[in-house]
Amino acid sequence: MEGLVTQIQGLSGTASDVLSLQNLLKQADDSLHAESTRLPPFLDQLDPSKHSLGYLYFLEACTAGPVTQEQASSFVLTIARFISSCVAEQIRLAPDKFISVCKRFKDQVLLLEEPLRGVAPMLTAIRKLQLSSEHLTALHPEFLLLCLLSKCYKTALSILDEDIFEVDQPRDLFLYCYYGGMISIGQKQFRKALELLHNVVTAPMSTVNAIAVEAFKKYILVSLIHHGQFPTNLPKYASSGAQRNLKTLCQPYVELASSYSNGKIADLETYVEANKDKFESDNNLGLVKQAVSSMYKRNIQRLTQTYLTLSLQDIANRVQLNSPKEAEMHVLQMIKDGEIYATINQKDGMVRFLEDPEQYKTCEMIERIGSSIQRLMTVSKKLNVMDELMSCDPLYLAKAGRERQRFDFDDFDNVPPRYNI
Amino acid sequence: MDGEEDASNLMMEANSTGGVDEAPLSSTTTRRNRPIISGEPLDIEAYAGLYTGRTKINRLIFIASHCDNPAMELEALRMASDEIKKGENTQLYREVVQKIEGRLGPNYEMDTAWCSMIELKAEQRKEKLESELNSYRTNLIKESIRMGYNDFGDFYYAHGALGDAFKSYVRTRDYCTTSKHIIQMCLSAILVSIEMVQFSNVSSYVSKAEQTPEALDPPTTAKLCCAAGLAHLEAKKYKLAARKFLEVGLELGNSYSEVIVPQDVATYGGLCALASFDRTELKATILSLLSPAPPLFSIHNKVIDNINFRDFLELVPEVRELINDFYSSHYASCLEYLGNLKPNLILDIHLYDHVETLYDQIRNKALIQYTLPFVSVDMRMMADAFKTSVAGLEKELEALITDNQIQARIDSHNKILYARHADQRNATFQRVLQTGNEFDRDVRAMLLRANLLKHDCNLKASRKV
Repeated sequence: MEGLVTQIQGLSGTASDVLSLQNLLKQADDSLHAESTRLPPFLDQLDPSKHSLGYLYFLEACTAGPVTQEQASSFVLTIARFISSCVAEQIRLAPDKFISVCKRFKDQVLLLEEPLRGVAPMLTAIRKLQLSSEHLTALHPEFLLLCLLSKCYKTALSILDEDIFEVDQPRDLFLYCYYGGMISIGQKQFRKALELLHNVVTAPMSTVNAIAVEAFKKYILVSLIHHGQFPTNLPKYASSGAQRNLKTLCQPYVELASSYSNGKIADLETYVEANKDKFESDNNLGLVKQAVSSMYKRNIQRLTQTYLTLSLQDIANRVQLNSPKEAEMHVLQMIKDGEIYATINQKDGMVRFLEDPEQYKTCEMIERIGSSIQRLMTVSKKLNVMDELMSCDPLYLAKAGRERQRFDFDDFDNVPPRYNI
Repeated sequence: MDGEEDASNLMMEANSTGGVDEAPLSSTTTRRNRPIISGEPLDIEAYAGLYTGRTKINRLIFIASHCDNPAMELEALRMASDEIKKGENTQLYREVVQKIEGRLGPNYEMDTAWCSMIELKAEQRKEKLESELNSYRTNLIKESIRMGYNDFGDFYYAHGALGDAFKSYVRTRDYCTTSKHIIQMCLSAILVSIEMVQFSNVSSYVSKAEQTPEALDPPTTAKLCCAAGLAHLEAKKYKLAARKFLEVGLELGNSYSEVIVPQDVATYGGLCALASFDRTELKATILSLLSPAPPLFSIHNKVIDNINFRDFLELVPEVRELINDFYSSHYASCLEYLGNLKPNLILDIHLYDHVETLYDQIRNKALIQYTLPFVSVDMRMMADAFKTSVAGLEKELEALITDNQIQARIDSHNKILYARHADQRNATFQRVLQTGNEFDRDVRAMLLRANLLKHDCNLKASRKV
C-alpha cells in the first residue's frame, strides 16, 4: 500500500507520468478493493488537487462497500472536498470511477436526507467531467434529481439552458429530460418543459420504457396548458413502439385531452373528479388542476378575438364562470401575467380588449431578431457538418449502395453498387 | 267512376286554399304556367298534375308522410293510390293502402282481386319475355336481344323491381349499335337510378351519354343537364348544381316530367345559385336576364342561352323576387320570401334535406354582405334589417367572426360592430419570430435524435465485431 502511495505521489507530475500511473493503478485495483477498510488513513497522505487520479482510485475503493450512518457524513465531506479541488484532466482518464464515486455521494446525501448539500458539489462535478457544454454525462440526471428533491430549481435552470447534442447513454437522456421537464414545470416555463418532454417521448427506443410513459402523461397535460390542444398523433419520427403503445398505456390522460378539446368546462371537471385517484397516484393532480384552469384562460382569449368590449356578466356567462366577480379575477390575473391586453372599467362592469401594443420598432426588438438569426445560423451550420460527416460514414455508404435500386438514380450516382470497407 | 270524380272535385274544392283556378282535372295545359311553388300552402292537385309516371307517385307519398295536415295527407294518398292503380306496381299499392288505413272509405281498401290479377298477368308476361329473350339469344340478333332486355327492364320497372330493371338496362349496353341506342340506355339507367336514389350512377351515365354528341338533340341535352344537376344537389355541391340547372334549355318543356319540371329547375337553380355564387357570378348569370339589356360580359361560356333562365324564373316569381331583393340588399323582404317558401320546399322530394343548409348559407351571405362596405355598423339597425333581436344577431355575428368570414370586432357595450383590418406588419413579425423558434427547436431535437441513433448503431456495430 505504502509503495503505491509513494508511486502516486511521484508520478502525478506530467501527463505521460500520469498515463503510466494509470496503468499501475488499474493493475492494483483489485488489491485496493480487497483492503478497502484500511484505506481511509492513506487518503490523508494524498493531496486531491495534485494526485487526483490516485486519490480517485483510493476513494472509489473506500466507498465501495456498505456505508454506515456515521461514516456517511464524513464521506460526504471528503468527497465534496475532493470534487471541488480535483484536476479535471486527470479524472477524465477514469470517468467511470468518477461517476460511480459521485453516484455514491448522491446516495449518501440522500441517506442523510440533506439533498441541498449535494447540489453545489454535483454541479462542479458535472462541469469537470463534461468534455464540452453540449455533452450529457451520467451525472446530469443525478444533479437534477438532487435539485428537485431540495427544491432549488434556479440552479438547475442554468444547466437546462445549455443545449445537449452528445449523449453517452440513452437512459441518461431520458432521465435528464424527464427531470428537466418537471423542473421547468415547477418554474412555470412550460415551453421548455414541452420541449424536454417531447424529446423523451419521440426519442428512438426499441421498446417503450417506464420513463417515456410517465413523461407522456406529463406531456399531454403540459401541452394542454401551453397550447390548449393536444395533437392526437405523435409525429412520424417517434419510434413505432411509442406510437402504438403510449396512448393505450396512458388512457385516462388521453381521454382528458379529448374532453378538453370539446370545450365544456363542466364535463372536464366531472371527468377530473371521477378519475382523481388515478391522477393522484401519478402525482399529477396539481398539473391536472392547472390544465382545467387553463381552459378558462383559453376561452377568455378567444373572446378577445371577437369582441372589443364585453361586460363582466357576459364574460362570466360565456366562459361558464359563476359570477362577474370571478370573471374579473380571472381577467385581472391574465392581464398581470401578460396573457391578454385589456382594461377593466369597474363602474360599468365592462372590459375593453386592446391590441398587442408591441410595434416591433424598438432597438430591443431588432437585437432580439438579430440574435435569433445568429443562433439559427449556428444551428444550421451544425446540421450541415453532421450531414457531411454522415455522408462519409462507411456504414451509411454500404447501406446506400445496397439499396440503390429503391431510390432515384440521380441521388446515388456516385456510390458504387457494392461498397466494401 | 263519375260520382267518384265529383266527390274528388268537391274534396278538392274543400281542401285547396291556393290561388289556383278550380279548372277541371284533365286540362293540365293551363296549369303549367301557374305558379305552383308559391308562398301559399301547396295545392296537391295542381302540383301532382305537373308530373307523370313514378315520380308523381313518389312525390305524393313523400308529401303524405311529411306534411302535418291530415286532410292534405289523405288527399295525397288518395291521388297516389289512383295513380298506382293505373300502373302495375302491386308492392307500392299495398304500401299505400296500408298508409290509408281505410280512412278514405271502402273504395280505397285493399283490392286483392286487382292485385292477384296484376300479379298473374305479370307472371305470364315474364315467362313470355323470357322465352322471347332466349330465342333471340340463340339467334344472336343483336337488335332483338337489345330490345328484349329493354322490354325486361321496362317490365321490372313497372313492377317496382328497380334493381333488376337497372341490371337489365345495363345489359343492353353490349348490344347497342348506334349512338341513339346508347342514349336510350343511358336515359333509362338514369331514370331508374334517380328513383333508387343512387346518384353516383346518375353522374356516370350522364357523362357516358355526353360522350356521344352526334345523337344529342336539345331536349335530351336538357334532360341530361337536369339529371346532372340533381346528382350534384344530392352530393351537396351546390355551386355545380346551380351551374348545371342554369344550362338547362327551354326545350326541356314537359318532356322530362317523369323526373323534373321547369318550376323545379327554376327553384333549385335559383336557390343553389343564391347560396353559392358570389355577386359577380350571380349578376352575370341570373340577374342580367331579368333586364332587357343583354349581359355586358358573361363569365362562363358554358351558359350559352341564359336568356332561357329568365323564362324559367317567370314560372316561380317568388324566387325571382327573392333573388332581386338579395342583390339590391333588401334583406328583410328576401328573408321573408324565403320563410314563406320553406313549408312547401320541405315537401319536395329532392330538396327537403338541403333546405336548412341552403337557407343558412343564404342568411350568412346576407349578413356578410351587409357588413362589408362599412367601417362601423349599428347593430340595432342591422337587427331591424334582418328582423331579429340584437342578442340573436350578436350570436350570429360572433359565429361568423370566429369562422373568419367577417373581419370585425363587436363592441358589446355600445352594440356597434367595428371593422378590423389585421395589421400585416405586426402579424408578419410575430410569425417570423415564431417560425425561427420552431426551426431552432426542431433542428436541435433532430440533432439529438440523430446522435441517439448513431449511438445505437455504434453499439450494434461493436457487438457484431
